[in-house]
Amino acid sequence: MSDPMGFLLWVKGPMFEWALAIFAIGLAVRMVEIFMLGRKFNYAEPRGSEIGPGFRTLITRTVADPGTFARAPFDVVVGLVWHVGFLIVLLLFIPHIELINSMLSLTWPGLPNPVVDAVAAVTIFALVAVLIHRITHPVKKYISTSEDYLIWVATFLPLITGYLAYHRLINPYPVALGLHIFSVEIFLILLPFTKLTHIFTAFIARWYTGATFGRKGVVS
Amino acid sequence: MTELSLQRGLVALRDEIDAPVAAFFSSCVHCGLCAQACPFYVETGDPKYTPILKVEPLRLLWEQEYTLWGRIKAMVGIGRKLTDEMLEEWEPLLYDSCTMCGRCSMVCPVGNDIQAMVRKTREGMVASGHAPVGLIEASARAIRTGSPMGLKWRTLEAQIKHVEASSGLTVPVDKEGVEYLVLLSSMEVINFPEYLEAITRIFDHAGVTWTLSKESFEATNAGIQIGSRDIAAELVQRIVDAAAKMRVQGVISPECGHAYTAIRWEGPNLIEKAYPFKALHIMEVLDELRSKGKLKTQGKETDRLSMHDPCNLARKSGVIDQQRNLVSLVAENFLDLEEHGRFQWCCGAGGGVSSNERADDLRIAAFKRKKAQIEEVQPERMITMCATCRTQLEEGLEKFHMDIPVVGLTEMIAEHLVEKGKPV
Repeated sequence: MSDPMGFLLWVKGPMFEWALAIFAIGLAVRMVEIFMLGRKFNYAEPRGSEIGPGFRTLITRTVADPGTFARAPFDVVVGLVWHVGFLIVLLLFIPHIELINSMLSLTWPGLPNPVVDAVAAVTIFALVAVLIHRITHPVKKYISTSEDYLIWVATFLPLITGYLAYHRLINPYPVALGLHIFSVEIFLILLPFTKLTHIFTAFIARWYTGATFGRKGVVS
Repeated sequence: MTELSLQRGLVALRDEIDAPVAAFFSSCVHCGLCAQACPFYVETGDPKYTPILKVEPLRLLWEQEYTLWGRIKAMVGIGRKLTDEMLEEWEPLLYDSCTMCGRCSMVCPVGNDIQAMVRKTREGMVASGHAPVGLIEASARAIRTGSPMGLKWRTLEAQIKHVEASSGLTVPVDKEGVEYLVLLSSMEVINFPEYLEAITRIFDHAGVTWTLSKESFEATNAGIQIGSRDIAAELVQRIVDAAAKMRVQGVISPECGHAYTAIRWEGPNLIEKAYPFKALHIMEVLDELRSKGKLKTQGKETDRLSMHDPCNLARKSGVIDQQRNLVSLVAENFLDLEEHGRFQWCCGAGGGVSSNERADDLRIAAFKRKKAQIEEVQPERMITMCATCRTQLEEGLEKFHMDIPVVGLTEMIAEHLVEKGKPV
């Protein structure tokens, strides 16, 4: 492990498997914990359906209503920018696609490297801005817990290490790549046990709320 | 009621935790946008009023008992414990600074129905003995006398006589086999007697058969506001029994917001049975009469009018277009507030806040959001269809020296009815 290649092989090999296993089992447990609780039967005569509005809200909550946008433009714009940026870098960077292809035999076209590079820079910048906002905004400052800062770090590390590795700013390269993969593994391991689960559960939450409102004939 | 205790509170809270709650708490990333949707935060600027924080007791219990990681943390003693002291600290947050208006539920980016969780958390507060005294008294009066204000049938009877004298019509009481059982709110009976006369005139005009019930005339449900399923179910059952006795096809909730959500959405779940009748808000009934051409009106209001949507009616029940259809029938100069319908702002008095004297200052603070909205449109009069909202609007506008009268839509419709026998 002391030599760069050894480190890279370790994070790509046994460590990667451990991280994936903890992620998969942990997430499965979380899902079971949620769905096992179920919902009570609803005896009230519905005004509208649940399923359609549930899926509608699942999409529509991605963009804020005009009033919220006017009151919190920073949250809405920067929040959306870094989430979209993160997804672009994760899913449209060609080496990432190749890795996914090697694991799942699934592939799709990527973006040219300079484009992904620019998106990564914007995303990193936006994430730093988000952190400053969290520390300074009265509501965010008041409600933030150590977990909120932990997941910020867990989200930031894969981006910054990836960026540094791509630009060869850490040497030797196996260490740079190894650190990047290791940071992703930390992200995966933390995901099921922290608010990072919102990556999956937010869609469940949106569906339930969309369905609840939909049943009452309200578009949410 | 058996003795209230933390243990009973925890049992009540456990009963409220379901899959949506687990999904909601798993998803909150503390973005704080719910604060921007809350009139109590927006108008005070105090971050302790951030909606998601108000349900922290429920979140703690969920984390410590319903997640593997939380159970491990609790075992080794990490994290806050759910104690009586904590619930006491949260009582004003859950009752004084939340009207359960549901605006946060409409705005949350991860889709958390925070309002629903406040409603749930209040169950634990009541059971553990941490509900505000004003709401406890209102609930006790509602169970004892049928009315949260302690109003008796004979008060209503006196009003019926006035209505009959002034309208020349009969107010039907305990009449079986009619179409509708009409409910009233005590607030209406005391503050806005014009509502009863208005529906008497409208139903006579439209040929609708209806009745009041001596045993069950109160529509409001203090149990829903305080957060007690037992109390709420008992109050709903009285209405269901009266409806069965009168053999009606529908029960009409008056110009009141929470009464409608209580009877329409919570009621069947509280008694765990679907109704054999329809539960309707007066706005739905009037709009249906309008669409069938049974409301023949003459003349229109010419002054500049705007409208306050009661949260319980619009955002929480989907009655949004009906009141606008009705307004256009009788008014020619109507302008909506900018954020209305499902995105309307609460008046600040709902969810039991108006029954909780301790919250008086906060209630007026929250009203400032509505005031700002009204100032933008500068109407000559405001229309609404909830007695609590109407009282709050009247009080708030007066407090800020704004000379804008508030009218109930039902009475406005009644004033424009074509008199019987006259050609249209």
